[in-house]
Amino acid sequence: MQTVKMVVTGPFNAGKTEFIRSVSEIDVVSTERKVSSIGEREVKESTTVAMDFGRITVDDDLVLYLFGTPGQKRFDFMWEILSEGMLGFIVIVDSNRPETFREARSILETFRAYAPTPYVVAANKQDKNDAWEVEDIRHALRLDPNIKLLPCLATNRDSVKKILLELLYSILVEMEDGKFK
Amino acid sequence: MALRGNLRDISFTQILNLVNLAHKTGTLILESPGETAQVSFREGKLTFAQVGNESNNLASVLNKTKKISAAQYRAIVQHGSNISDKELGLMLINAGIISKDEILLSLQQNCTDIVHRMFTWVEGLFRFENDMLPPEDRINVRLDLENLIIEGSRQLREWELLQDEIPSLEMALKFTDRPGADMKKINLSVEEWRVVSYITPKNTMQQIASVTKMNDIEVRRIIFGLLQAGLVEIVRPSGQPAVGVIHSFPTEHKEEQLSLVNRLINRIRSL
Repeated sequence: MQTVKMVVTGPFNAGKTEFIRSVSEIDVVSTERKVSSIGEREVKESTTVAMDFGRITVDDDLVLYLFGTPGQKRFDFMWEILSEGMLGFIVIVDSNRPETFREARSILETFRAYAPTPYVVAANKQDKNDAWEVEDIRHALRLDPNIKLLPCLATNRDSVKKILLELLYSILVEMEDGKFK
Repeated sequence: MALRGNLRDISFTQILNLVNLAHKTGTLILESPGETAQVSFREGKLTFAQVGNESNNLASVLNKTKKISAAQYRAIVQHGSNISDKELGLMLINAGIISKDEILLSLQQNCTDIVHRMFTWVEGLFRFENDMLPPEDRINVRLDLENLIIEGSRQLREWELLQDEIPSLEMALKFTDRPGADMKKINLSVEEWRVVSYITPKNTMQQIASVTKMNDIEVRRIIFGLLQAGLVEIVRPSGQPAVGVIHSFPTEHKEEQLSLVNRLINRIRSL
């Protein structure tokens, strides 16, 4: 049995767990705990402390694992561990919370430093009234025009599928260009 | 959709950059503690700026920039309070008191001064109201944002430089092996000595920041100085293994890798 993995990362409460949950064929093995910080508790009650784990069986011989990183900075020691051997990664950004954009940028750069694999950025919660427009988020994150930044609803399977496919297409392109080792 | 947030997270310079790149039209409303401001743009150009209730009409601006005398200003305030800026401007031009270019230059200078003040606002709410423009009776200017952004960027540059030089505080420091270097002969500030006293490959920069109760920028600034002086170098914390080459694919054969990705694509499509 061959296995490959992708990492789903992003700031606290960006929607990483929902993203994996939307496509995983197993109930996501989550390590959520009650949020300890008062400020963060106002945003959500529980958070991922080690990782989320989802699975998509491709065929008899191949399985794709999706790993979600903990969003809180104090658990970032897990990031390097989770990034080992990843095929690519997805950075999820909460389109409603510009205060997390800088952190998203930092997470993105950290993962790029760990492994220069292809990646895409998903602008989640685009259905909310206060959501920033995708191109505004691109400017705020200082993303090059050639980096894929896609609107996303992490709770919607089709939307999540589109993000995963775009990442796979990027991997294909890099393989064809001979950039991907 | 809303463009809103806090200046603590998105700086005023970043907002200007966004407005400039996206050629936005509308008004940016800023509410910092105790002060408010409105800055308007048309297609990414600065057109108008006002802080709080400060008098910002044409007469005030011309008075401030000494384009009209105090007596002329008083006369306008007393007798011309009902006329719009555009009407006043036309009257002053027709009367030969001032030229059109002088009016525009004065208004541009006023807008620029206000925007320069905004760069010092690092805390406060902002929101961008699409298509909201300044009152029609006001004379709008049309200023490129690039120069203003450059000015603001100077203030951000230090932070970015520090981040570039020291991207992660998870690394450690060690003293360089330079023969003849003697720390005791070097003049260091109290803060620098506090940092120096914790430098060892066992301590990450984050730990040093924590124990010295310094924030990221303070500790980076000091470490940057020590790095530039060649006194220390960045090393991986002792006991931590170097990251090896980890293969993403379970196979090294290119054809098999391609097949694998295509199988993944087909599977995701079928979900």
